[in-house]
Amino acid sequence: MSGLYDAIQAERAKYPEGSRSATLHALRLAQEEHGWLSPDALREVAEALDVTPAFCKAVATFYDMYHLEPVGTHLVEVCTNLSCALSGAQRVVDAFASELGVAPGETTEDGEVTFRTVECLGGCGYATVVAVDHRYRQFVGADDVPAIVEELRAGS
Amino acid sequence: MPVREVLLAGADDRDLTKLAEYQAIGGYAGVPKARAMSSDDLIAELQTANLRGRGGAGFPMGRKASLIDRSSPKPKYLVVNADESEPGAFKDREVMARVPHRLIEGCLIAAHAIECRDVYIFIRGEYLTEYEILQSAVDEARAAKLFGDVEITVHRGAGAYICGEETALLDALEGKRGQPRPRPPFPPVQGLYDAPTQINNVCTIATVPTIMELGAAEFAKIGPESSPGTAIFSISGNIARPGNYELLLGTPMRELIYDLAGGIPDGRELKCVIPGGSSVPALSPDEIDVPLDYDSLAKIGTFFGAASLIVVDDRCCIVQLALRSTKFYMHESCGKCTPCREGTRWMVQLLEKIEAGEAELSDLDLLDDVGSRILGRSLCALGDFAVYPVASYLKKWRDEFVAHVELGRCPYGGSSSLEGIVAPLDAHRHHPGLEILA
Repeated sequence: MSGLYDAIQAERAKYPEGSRSATLHALRLAQEEHGWLSPDALREVAEALDVTPAFCKAVATFYDMYHLEPVGTHLVEVCTNLSCALSGAQRVVDAFASELGVAPGETTEDGEVTFRTVECLGGCGYATVVAVDHRYRQFVGADDVPAIVEELRAGS
Repeated sequence: MPVREVLLAGADDRDLTKLAEYQAIGGYAGVPKARAMSSDDLIAELQTANLRGRGGAGFPMGRKASLIDRSSPKPKYLVVNADESEPGAFKDREVMARVPHRLIEGCLIAAHAIECRDVYIFIRGEYLTEYEILQSAVDEARAAKLFGDVEITVHRGAGAYICGEETALLDALEGKRGQPRPRPPFPPVQGLYDAPTQINNVCTIATVPTIMELGAAEFAKIGPESSPGTAIFSISGNIARPGNYELLLGTPMRELIYDLAGGIPDGRELKCVIPGGSSVPALSPDEIDVPLDYDSLAKIGTFFGAASLIVVDDRCCIVQLALRSTKFYMHESCGKCTPCREGTRWMVQLLEKIEAGEAELSDLDLLDDVGSRILGRSLCALGDFAVYPVASYLKKWRDEFVAHVELGRCPYGGSSSLEGIVAPLDAHRHHPGLEILA
């Protein structure tokens, strides 16, 4: 039995028997292991949950945090919803695009960083909010961007 | 106005993420008090408190508990809505990060009221740090044997605004695509796993320990009669001191904007305030002398919503504001109901045409018309949320829409604060089905 299979069974045990409530957790665990939800990863999840791969894919395509295509080692997400936008989020987006050399929604050529814009992260009072590998950086300005990119490149 | 902290009380002086610290200020005393009462008495007490739901709708929490079908042979469930995704809202996040035990204590009390043994806290997937803090608080309280026969499970979402809608949340919690369900049946009768389910916002449940501490009659005396208690107001946008402010309901909006949060920075003028998160009708500068409570805001045609004020200064083009807002709702529409799925897309197309200076005056009426055909025609209110703010912009700032048509361009000429803002929707345009927007 693989570690992923066991981890998914542990999640299933938290919910009533026969429910599919562990699906979101299972997909997250598979993504953490594989980097993205490849067809193989979806098959593994389906087997562990005793559902079809089609069910897993239907769920995975609904939620923004699942990746159905390969992504970089690091994920940079800039919020561009109203409060961040009013506070200069586009300048932050432009700075990342220029430092990384890719447009929002793309991955750097070396496969290190995927950069995208996202909807409200719930940090409106601390704009602009940037989630770097799911950890929030707050009050980010365009000037802060080179250091964040350097940190990612140094760390990987 | 006297300030009284309820939700965040004690958090400035102590690290209330730790059980011992929370217990040192009387934390968890409400649980044995509640368990000494019968369910009926506890529900009556909660009804006396008249605590109105802090998630947006303002429905009285005690009345919600009274609707639970406790005679059902099925298990009863309590679900805490911690999916906070409304643009402008960041209050639940602070409660979970700073006073997680107050939320857990509230869960244990509310669970007793509805004879529930299984509590689920549905937290949005993006809140990773908050999840870790909350989960470790749950583990600490369980280890200290405070749960009795109750279990609390923290369930992480995976990124979808719609899951803040209570029936979509239930589907996500059941491991499905988070899409709203038809009602009736309503969740108190048939909710999670088809069993009676109570669903409340984080701040609602985290207020319950204070009701137990003071007694419902005393609690009901805090703040205005129709909306007792405090709320954490999130204020953001073009404001000098953005952040969360816990205030009595009924605090004047002007006081929050100009005194507490320092007013509009850089010598700019106020253009509008979206008072309840981005889904509610906006207010013009001459409308902000209003108390921040459910009834007062409803009286002037808007909503208390998520107690989240987005402040916009005069550098912002109103059409760009409407467009950015509508792109969000189009992106988040779950696609189940046609009026919302198609209508939000039409709104985006029309607003883009207006912003580009390619619209005719009749397009403004068409935008209004499309909105009127979205309102109230779907299983949930997401489509309505796209329409409410845009209808208010069209009505109150119509001159600016007309200027776009008459000039044949944006009157801001590239200088608007939202100029060129890239939404996630824009990056998805090459995807099949969205090429109509390309």
